[in-house]
Amino acid sequence: MGGIVFKGRDIISIRDFSGEELLYVLSIARRMEQRPQPALMKGRIMASMFFEPSTRTRLSFTAAMKRMGGDTIGFAKGEVTSTKKGETLWDTVKMIEAYSDVIVIRHSLEGAARLSAEAASIPVINAGDGTNQHPTQTMIDLYTIQKEIGKLDGITIGFLGDLKYGRTVHSLAIALSHFKAKMYFISPTALKMPEYYLDELEQKRVTFHETDDVLKALKHLDVLYVTRIQQERFADPLEYEKFKNVYKVGPDILNGAKKSLIVLHPLPRVGEIDPALDEFPNAAYFRQAANGIPVRQAVLSLVLGAVK
Amino acid sequence: MTTKQKNHKKPAKKASPRNWQAPTKPSSGVQNKEIRITAIKDGTVIDHVPAAKVFDVVEILNLKSHKDVVSIATNLDSKKIGKKGILKVAGRELTKKEVDEISVVAPQATINIIKDFKVKEKSKVEVPQQLTAVFRCSNPKCITNLQPIATSFSIIAKNPVKALCFYCERVMGAEEIQLR
Repeated sequence: MGGIVFKGRDIISIRDFSGEELLYVLSIARRMEQRPQPALMKGRIMASMFFEPSTRTRLSFTAAMKRMGGDTIGFAKGEVTSTKKGETLWDTVKMIEAYSDVIVIRHSLEGAARLSAEAASIPVINAGDGTNQHPTQTMIDLYTIQKEIGKLDGITIGFLGDLKYGRTVHSLAIALSHFKAKMYFISPTALKMPEYYLDELEQKRVTFHETDDVLKALKHLDVLYVTRIQQERFADPLEYEKFKNVYKVGPDILNGAKKSLIVLHPLPRVGEIDPALDEFPNAAYFRQAANGIPVRQAVLSLVLGAVK
Repeated sequence: MTTKQKNHKKPAKKASPRNWQAPTKPSSGVQNKEIRITAIKDGTVIDHVPAAKVFDVVEILNLKSHKDVVSIATNLDSKKIGKKGILKVAGRELTKKEVDEISVVAPQATINIIKDFKVKEKSKVEVPQQLTAVFRCSNPKCITNLQPIATSFSIIAKNPVKALCFYCERVMGAEEIQLR
């Protein structure tokens, strides 16, 4: 792994990382899971700037930092900050970098994390910028697939649901293009994968298929990645009503699938996965959420230079 | 900046083949459709600009405040690009930055540098790898549209132009590219 340097680096977009670098993060996450290091971040402060609501991401970053002996400051709603008074994001970041060693940011505007990284001299980690990127979620997804299936190379994955606005789908598809994955994009036409992502995958010579019928793809899949139809991304509530229950994944889906199929979901789920599926070993989404801790521990300790 | 401002004297009113010519009378029943606009002594002629983008070029070059002669013709028939425009700007050479910006809105444009009424140099524009500040991102939720920062794009395809926003990572097609 010579030549891979993470110290001082920003984690903004999955596009910024090679396949080798992603595998390196996963190897550190595995190490973190196997051998917890309760004092690794002693004396370090993580600033969490969450301008948009979040449960898993914000709490798992906080838990990851605290489990390594670090501390956290921050806010969970943009309304409580001086941006409400008209302060620019640039100025907010410049101020917060003076109080902390690393910044974790979630913002509704796309490109907000990249702008923050330009403003700050300390590492900035993107915890979601609008419909654009959520790179640590993608690392968690990769870690889960690798842990559950034993490999990333050559897997077949089906993405189901809102592929138009789903940033986790976009990022994971780009990340898996490093590992010769085959992909099925399963969605209603109105929520299909944006053309510019398909163009990018084509350029990377990824084999993919588009369909609106989950049953057609199911028998081929090692992974079914389900996403929520995100109400907050629809300008028109009637449009949302039209699509919100378009797919529902329950235990019956396992009949037409490989026995080893795993079902992933970045959560929260609304109605797209029947809770009856939870008791089946194929339902890997809560294990996926739990993997947020070691992966975010790996990312934090890498960018702060605490592990090499 | 290589912009030149010259207060050269225009040629006298006497007839000159390079000066304005009234449309010729129909001959043999065929209308002469060629349209000529004032020739310039020294300056730059930008040709093969898509008609819809002529005023983008005016804006890129900030011609509203140009003190010397500017002639603009648009909606001319062009075999190459359908309807085209042509801009003649006296007393002015373009910077590389300006040529790069024109290349994005008019990838087939030609730039003619005129000296003493003659074409001294003719070149085609070339779309650059990177562009900053002049264009707006077409994504309304891009941070560059809501915070006071300069835009930045990588050109990922040249024919037709496709630009990747450095901030929101959205890809803009040629038809979406607009000036800020």
